[in-house]
Parts: sequence; structure tokens; C-alpha cells
Amino acid sequence: MTESSFSPQTVSENTCISIQNATISYGSYEAVKNVYCDIPRGKVTAFIGPSGCGKSTVLRALNRMNDLIEGCSLRGRVLFDGADLYDPSVDPVEVRRRIGMVFQQPNPFPKSIYENIAFGARINGFTGDMDELVERSLRQAAVWDECKDKLNESGYSLSGGQQQRLCIARTIAIQPEVILMDEPCSALDPISTLKIEETMHELKKSFTIVIVTHNMQQAVRVSDMTAFYNAEAVEGGSGKVGYLVEFNETQEIFNSPSQQATQDYVSGRFG
Amino acid sequence: MTLSSSSRSHNGVPDLAYKQGLRRNLIARLLTMTAGLFSAIAVLPLIAVLVYVLIKGGQKISFTLLTELPPPPGLEGGGIGNAIIGSFVVTIIAALIAIPVGVGGGIFLAEYSRGGKFAQFIRFGTNVLSGVPSIIAGVFIYGTIVTSRVLLGNAYSAAAGGMALSILMLPTVIKTTDEGLKLVSDDLRRGALGVGASKFVTVVRITLPTAFTPIATGVVLAIARAAGETAPLIFTALFSPFWSEGIDGIFNPIATLSVLIYNFAIMPYEAQNELAWAASFVLVLFILALNLFARWLGRFASK
Amino acid sequence: MSESKESYLLRRRPPSEKLVDVSFRYLAVILASMVAVVLISILLVVFWGSLESMGRYGWKFLITSNWNPVDDEYGAFTAIYGTIVTSLLSLLIAVPLGVGTAVFITENIIPRRIRNVIGVMVELLAAIPSVVLGLWAIFVMEPFIRPFLEFLYSTLNWLPIFSSPPIGPGTAPAVLILVVMILPIITSISRDSLNQVPDKLRQAAYGVGTTRWGAVLNVLIPAAISGIVGGVMLALGRAMGETMAVTMIIGNSNNFSPSLLAPGNTISAMLANQFGEADGSQVSSLMYAAFILMILSLSVNVFAQWLVKRLSLKY
Repeated sequence: MTESSFSPQTVSENTCISIQNATISYGSYEAVKNVYCDIPRGKVTAFIGPSGCGKSTVLRALNRMNDLIEGCSLRGRVLFDGADLYDPSVDPVEVRRRIGMVFQQPNPFPKSIYENIAFGARINGFTGDMDELVERSLRQAAVWDECKDKLNESGYSLSGGQQQRLCIARTIAIQPEVILMDEPCSALDPISTLKIEETMHELKKSFTIVIVTHNMQQAVRVSDMTAFYNAEAVEGGSGKVGYLVEFNETQEIFNSPSQQATQDYVSGRFG
Repeated sequence: MTLSSSSRSHNGVPDLAYKQGLRRNLIARLLTMTAGLFSAIAVLPLIAVLVYVLIKGGQKISFTLLTELPPPPGLEGGGIGNAIIGSFVVTIIAALIAIPVGVGGGIFLAEYSRGGKFAQFIRFGTNVLSGVPSIIAGVFIYGTIVTSRVLLGNAYSAAAGGMALSILMLPTVIKTTDEGLKLVSDDLRRGALGVGASKFVTVVRITLPTAFTPIATGVVLAIARAAGETAPLIFTALFSPFWSEGIDGIFNPIATLSVLIYNFAIMPYEAQNELAWAASFVLVLFILALNLFARWLGRFASK
Repeated sequence: MSESKESYLLRRRPPSEKLVDVSFRYLAVILASMVAVVLISILLVVFWGSLESMGRYGWKFLITSNWNPVDDEYGAFTAIYGTIVTSLLSLLIAVPLGVGTAVFITENIIPRRIRNVIGVMVELLAAIPSVVLGLWAIFVMEPFIRPFLEFLYSTLNWLPIFSSPPIGPGTAPAVLILVVMILPIITSISRDSLNQVPDKLRQAAYGVGTTRWGAVLNVLIPAAISGIVGGVMLALGRAMGETMAVTMIIGNSNNFSPSLLAPGNTISAMLANQFGEADGSQVSSLMYAAFILMILSLSVNVFAQWLVKRLSLKY
């Protein structure tokens, strides 16, 4: 891609989201510092690291979810297909319509299962066959069989794992280009987790996926690329500040990491 | 793809810019402005009332005003001294009735009832009682206490007024006690019972003191509310142009600030209208002070 | 070991302690029963008092509007109509204002500090005694809105509700002062319900790409609706029973007029005005009116509790 007015720095065609020297602060407190990371298109990228290292914060920065937290600000740049997500002219709503998100806790709307899917599609201006879209999204999220007989019941009538897959279906239904997943399985039992991982294998054919997980086996199972974040105490500051230690192919991170901290973490020596 | 086109500019960069003219953005701006306007309208009356009460009432305030009796209709001068005392007397009588009964009831609901039918009925009754119009409390006391002259043969009296107010305070005190006690962790109760304390000791020495601040906050707010009530007093405590004296005063009609405001506001004399504003100033200041005190108590509790 | 055990003299509970324990329990039960006793006594006393008038007028009391102590003829239609019309109209105005304000101070449109100030001010407005608001309504608000009411009369007098010239006290100013009184209830309860909507629902809404108002209207308000409706019903009950401010500004006329600009009456205003100097069958008729007011506010209350349960969403 040639240089555009949006991106003075050249970004490879294969890069979907490029995080360039991002520092995210809550008020005056820096949560995560100087992150550089090029997230490839059509792959699954995992963010791993100990708690408090800022991996979820970085993830939420990718679709401007941090805007909902008062006092949260980002320095540096996040480029999505070459467009700076933090340019003052950017409408966060537009961003979230292209970069969807699945949250840590399953959070269906207190509406029927059908409406849960249809709501997002409708506000995104979907004009096609809604019944068909609902079915296709639920199938893609591997939850159709459990839902097909009770589409008019509340989303909360489903089990936790089913609710989470409903939330994935809801995100698929708006046809984003990227799906962010913030520890999507942390509230779920092992069987539901397995089902969601299977769903992800299906999804990566059509979407770029970024997932935060504290489960290293999960990262190995689902991801192509892995970013390891860590936190260190700062001098004179209270609390820790997170930073990106290493970003590479998942195989490399887990088998031959270049950093000692990564080695320690993936071999279970801390965190 | 039938989804609305994710518009891209010619060079492949997605167009994420905020578009002013977009329908959803126009609607959002319109709604935001409407909500802001509504908030302004909601706050306006408070400012207007406060400003008028402070200015019109405040400029009347003087030592004689606070210490003298109101003048006969149509005459100038005088003060609202007896009404200030009367408001205190009636409110204290109400508090003396409502606090023990309400706290006791709340203790029953939170500590003794196990959600049985009786407790459900009492909770329902508390809700209903809190919805009973205040004038009805006056009608009730009028029908029972005033007409029967059970209080030492007197009809209208400060005591009757206090009883009417206590009916209005009761549900609030019960609810805050109930909710305050429910906030106390069960571990604390088990700890006390575990060392062999009786239920009575557990409640009185452990849970009640722990829940003191939320209960006190609720009680102060209930007192503030009662101090400004008028409707239950107009035909129970009535009014009196004289000082209320000694214990006897409790069983005779008594002046209160709120009834004074009512009576003097609808009189066609300017001097009386002015006194009504002055009484409003005193009453509002007293009630706002109680409210701020309750707020402070609440904040004190959360620390 | 055994020695030290014996130094705990109270290991075997003395009867006195048991007595205290048991009597405290009964005391609590008795005090709790006071609520029921008071409530039932109120109903009985008011019902008893109204029996004479009920027997004399029956249902006719509800639909005739001549209230005439001189001829000893009573019908409460004007007051019942006034109670219902003033409370519903004030609700109609206060609900959008209150819910709008609640949204404005729960969403981060303006800095938190200003939002908190607005919240506190609205709550303080609730603390101002109704008699003070009545005083303010007589001397400040009514003269201020008179030109608007006159304008309504001069341009819209072909409408029955604006068919009489404003003369000062009247139904319209009473409605407006009721709006001021119930606005804080609706605002603070709506705000609390909106604040209680779990953050995950807000995130879900933004996550699928709604605007702020898309989230508010489609997700947050529906999720908070049971609380908001509860607040609105509470406000309705309060508006029906509100006495002082209305009494002072409504004009206390028992002549029925469809015009909002004309003086009217409400049940509670009528009680406040006449109870003190009533005697004979007038007392009974007033009790009858009070009984109707109780039934009205009781049904609003019970209906509210049912509705809130019905509307509660699971999330």
C-alpha cells in the first residue's frame, strides 16, 4: 500500500491492526506503555501474560471500548487498515461496527435470543433476510441446535457457555472485520470452553481474531501469533506498568522464546 | 453482503470519520440537547425557590422575629418564636414515638422473621403505609384522638400532631432499620452466637451498633421530612398565637412553622405574608441542614 | 482446668437472661405489628366515619358535583376529577423531564462533578416542604406563568380545557407545582435504576456499534424499566395525595369546570380546607372522600408493586 494521508508509516498489506508506540493511562496512572504490535489479517492473535499486565486494556483500546472508562486516554497510534483509530475526527461507533467484541462475562441483552442477534444487525442497517441471518450467525457460533426451538425466549434462559456463544453469534451478525475476545472462556466450564475454541477455528476463516487469555494451553490451541505482556514496578510510582515483552508466532513463543521472562512465564515459573 | 457498505475511500483506508450529517448522529445530538434542556428545567425550580426563600425570607430575619409572638391578623411586627419552638416540640414527639416502634419493627423484620407470611405482610403493610397520603394521617388522628378527647380531655394538641407525624415517619424508620441490619454480614452474627451470646445480646451489642450509621441516616431524613409536614397538623395540632408552656403545652394546640406558613400565606395581609416567608427561611434552612447532616453521616459510614 | 471452667459463672444461662431474650423477641413482634395495627385502624376509622354519607349518597357521591354545606348536600365529583386530572397531567409532564434528567446525569455527557451537583440539587428539591413550595407558587410562580396562561386562553379558548380566563389560583398552576414536587422522585429513582444496570450490558450495546442514545433507548432504559416504572408509580401516588401546595394554589372551588385555567379542587385539598371546621354530615362526607382517596392511592400502590415485579428483566 502506498502512503496515504492517514498513515505516514508504511503498513504491510497483511497487517490488519498496527499498534504503534501506544501508552494507555487511567488518569495520571500509566497502565501499559510503549506497545508496538502488528496484528496480521485473517489470523488468530493471542495476548497472554500475568494479571495486571495490561493485555485487556490493549485489547479494549483496539475498538475504543476504553472510551467508556472515564479518564482513560491513549498516546501513540493504533492504525486499522491504515486509518488512525484515535484521530480526533474518528467516530468510535464506526470503529465498533467494524471491530466487534466478545466480553469476559457473557452479556446477552435482556431480550429474546432472536432479538439479541437482530438488534446489532438492525442498528448496522442490515436490510436482508433477518431470519436467515439469525440462523446463519447462530450456526456459525455453533449454538444453533440449542437455540433453534426457543428463539423467542430470553437470552438468559441459556447456560453460561451457550450465552457466550450467543454473544459470539451476535458479534458475527454485524459482520465486523475483526473480532476481539476478552478472556471469553474465563467464566465457563471446560466443555463450553472446548466448544468455543472449536467455534474460533471456524471463525478465523472469515475474521481476524484477537483473543486475550490467561490460559496458555488455550493460546497454544487456538492462536497463530502470540504476544506476551508483562508488568514491572515503576520507580517512584504506585503499582505496576505493563509492557509488551515479545510478539511472535505462537510456536516460537512457546518453544523457543527470545526473552527470559517469556521462558519463565510459559514454563509456568511465575504468573 | 447486505449489511450497509463499510465505506472505504479510494486508497483502501476505511473511512471512520465522525459524520455530522449522519441520521444517527443528528438524532444523538438532538437527544443530548433535549436531555440537557430537561436537566436545566429540573434544576431551575430548586434554584428559584431557594433564591426567593433566602432573599425574601432572609431579609426579615432578626432577633425579635425569632423570639416574639405573631401579631394579630392585619397588624405589623411580631415574630415566629412560638412556631419555632412548636415545630421542635411536635417533631420531637413524633420522633419519640416513631423511632422506638420503627427500629423495633425493623429489628423484627431483619433479625427474627425468616421471611414468613407475617413478615411479608408487615413489609407489604410498611410499603402501603408509606404511600398513604399525609392528610389521611391527619384525618385518622382527628377521628381517633381529637374527637374522642382521650388526651386529658383535650381535643387539639401538640401530642396529637406528633402522633400524626409519627405515622408518616414510621415506614421510613422501619425500612431503613431493616435494610441497614441486612447489610451487616452474617459472619458477624454467627461469630457472636458462636461464643454463646443470646440473640438479644447479638442484636443489641453487635448488629445494631454495626448498622448504626445507615439507620441514623435514615432516621435523620425521616425527621427532616416530618419537620416540614403540614397537612397532618392543620386539624390535629391546629395553631396557637401563644407560647406553649410546660408539660401542659403538649396537651394544648400548638403553633408550628409549617402551619404558620400555610395560615399566613393565604391571609390577605402583607405583614403576615412576610412572616410566612421568614418562617419558610427558618424551616428550609433547618431541613437542608438536617439533609446535609444525613449526607455527611452517610459518607462518614462509607469510609 | 476444671477450676477455670467453674469461673465462668454464666455457663448455665440464668432464667433472667432467657427472659430478656424471649421478651425482646416478643417486643420486636409487637412493635412490628404496630404497622399493621395503624394501617388497619386508618382504614377502619375512615370507613366507619364515611358510613353515614355512603348510606345517604351511595355511588351518586362519585358523580355529582354539588358540595353545599348550607343545604347539607354533598357530591365529590369535582374533587375526584381534580385529583385524577392533576396527578395524571403532572405525571405526563414530569416523566419525560425526570427520565431525561436521569439519563443526562448517568451518561458521561458532561463532567462527573457537574452531574453530581445536578443530582444533589434535585434531591434537595425533594426535601423542600410542600407548604414552602405552595407559598412560592402563590407569590412567584403563579404571577410568572399568568401571561402564558392568558395567552393560552386568548388563542385556544375554543378548547374546553382552556375555556375560562385565568384568575390566579387554578388547576393549571396546581399541575405545575405538582410537577416540581414529583420530579425529584422520578429523577432520583430513574437515576438509581440506570446506575444499577450492569456495566456488561452497556459494553454489549457499544460493542455491537450503537451510539450512546442507541444504547440508552434500546438497552439501558429497557433494562432499568421496572425501577423507572416503580418510581413513576410512586410519584403518581404522591401526586394524588399531595395536599399543601395544591391546596394553596388550586382555588378550592367545588364548581366543576372542564377548564384547566379555572379554579378546581382535589380530595386532599378539600380535606385540608374543610375538615377543621366541619361538623355533622359534612364530616362524614369528607371521610367518604378521604376513603376514596385511600382506595385510589392504595390501588396505585398495589398496582405499582405488581407492575414492578412483572417488568423485572433477568440479567
